[in-house]
Amino acid sequence: MSSDNDTKHALCGEIQKDLSEYKKCGNLKPFAVNTPKAADCCNLSVKLSSDTGAACCGPPEGPKSDTNERPGYRICGFVERFENTVAGNVPIVSAKPGIKDHVGAFLVRVGIGRNNYKVAPGLYGVGNPGNDSPILVTANYKLTFDTLRKELGGIDAWLLVLDTRGINVWCAAGKGTFSTEELVNRVKDTELEKIVSHRELIVPQLGATGVAGYRVKKASGFKVVWGPIQARDIRFFLENGKKASEPMRHVTFTMGERLVLIPVELSELIKPTCWALVLAFVISGIGSNVFSFLAAWSRGMLMILAYAAGILGGAVAVPAFLPWLPGKAFSIKGIWTGVVTGIVMLLLFHGQVSVLEAFSLMLISVAVSSFFAMNFTGATPFTSPSGVEKEMRKAIPIQASVLLVAMAIWIGAGFIV
Amino acid sequence: MKIFRYLPGVATLSLDINACVGCGICAQVCPHQVLEILEKKAGIVDMDGCMECGACANNCPVEAITVKPGVGCASYIIQTWIKGKEAASCGPSCC
Repeated sequence: MSSDNDTKHALCGEIQKDLSEYKKCGNLKPFAVNTPKAADCCNLSVKLSSDTGAACCGPPEGPKSDTNERPGYRICGFVERFENTVAGNVPIVSAKPGIKDHVGAFLVRVGIGRNNYKVAPGLYGVGNPGNDSPILVTANYKLTFDTLRKELGGIDAWLLVLDTRGINVWCAAGKGTFSTEELVNRVKDTELEKIVSHRELIVPQLGATGVAGYRVKKASGFKVVWGPIQARDIRFFLENGKKASEPMRHVTFTMGERLVLIPVELSELIKPTCWALVLAFVISGIGSNVFSFLAAWSRGMLMILAYAAGILGGAVAVPAFLPWLPGKAFSIKGIWTGVVTGIVMLLLFHGQVSVLEAFSLMLISVAVSSFFAMNFTGATPFTSPSGVEKEMRKAIPIQASVLLVAMAIWIGAGFIV
Repeated sequence: MKIFRYLPGVATLSLDINACVGCGICAQVCPHQVLEILEKKAGIVDMDGCMECGACANNCPVEAITVKPGVGCASYIIQTWIKGKEAASCGPSCC
């Protein structure tokens, strides 16, 4: 089938290749899963019932297949019905996310399956869209798609979903997948000019990094109207003559918006943490006995806890307390939180470590916190690449030196004990 | 976003006031209100608020704005140092 048909039929998945393909959709189970069981059951019942002529065993059969189903495709759970348009069938999606959408959203927020959480790009609708309904352009990251559709209860609109490889609008615009070219091609592929009588596309403001309004107009005849930043403001925008209020054009970074990022920040640390574990146990075992496994274990644990204190400072406390931490550079902000978590850690270790060891652990906590605080720049909506690069060129050599000094002291302390 | 300020004096944003036609699109798409229309021409009113996203330059119909766009992401920049610009990706933490 052509890719045109894929989107027109609006089916969740791609052509059925293997079971992993189905995971893309994340809503319904693959057809194949139920068939063997049902068949076994029926064969059995045929034998059993052949004498009596009784009906097949098991629960009563479910409803007939939806007429929109196509071999090898699966209809997404969020599709309510299909609207027959001059340019083919368009799926009409529910404005109410279901339990699976909530579970999916939770999982990606903790970093599970985040790189493959997407919907098929193409044209969708919500409500009862007609030829005068607005066209809202969005990304095919399912979290983005769900965030938008849940704001559209009672609104009749078309949703033009671009293939951003499952990335949100702003990031995709920065990467060049939420782009002028993609938008223009998608408008043509979906034959929007036949479906609507107007020539206007509502594009989220943050898409402007990738979409040039005047180029879209030139290439497709559709005028780009810049919509609000947040999906929650789209209703106001539509009711207000397609004008966003000033605050709706301002990016925010509230406590809630920051806290929700912490689990993903932490999930990213699994790999460096493995290396830290190895390093901590190796250098903790070194001492006057050449290498002691007992010391590797007992002292290594202390070192890992110092590393954990650094993570707590840099990847948890910095995001949470960002606006109140002194300093503009994130590496500086991370020092304060690393000192605090380091002090708490040393209070817990009271009496177990020498002064020298305490000093080393403190340095580890601060250096680690400073580094991971700096890493948080990528998740914020206000740091410039020029600024981050400037900060890193200064901070990384210092962070690395502090860490080396801390490890040297730690090894030295192993010989003193 | 005046409460969040990053390093000052680093933004690569520049505006050619003579080329500007005063259409105001730059001011509309800027997420940090760095640009404003003053007397029928755009003006940079908050240079240090610029995060170099490139929305303004991308949408300027007369190419009066230039900026070196990119993502302000430490792990991405580290990757560009190690792997080079082509192979770098942000990883899960940002984009």
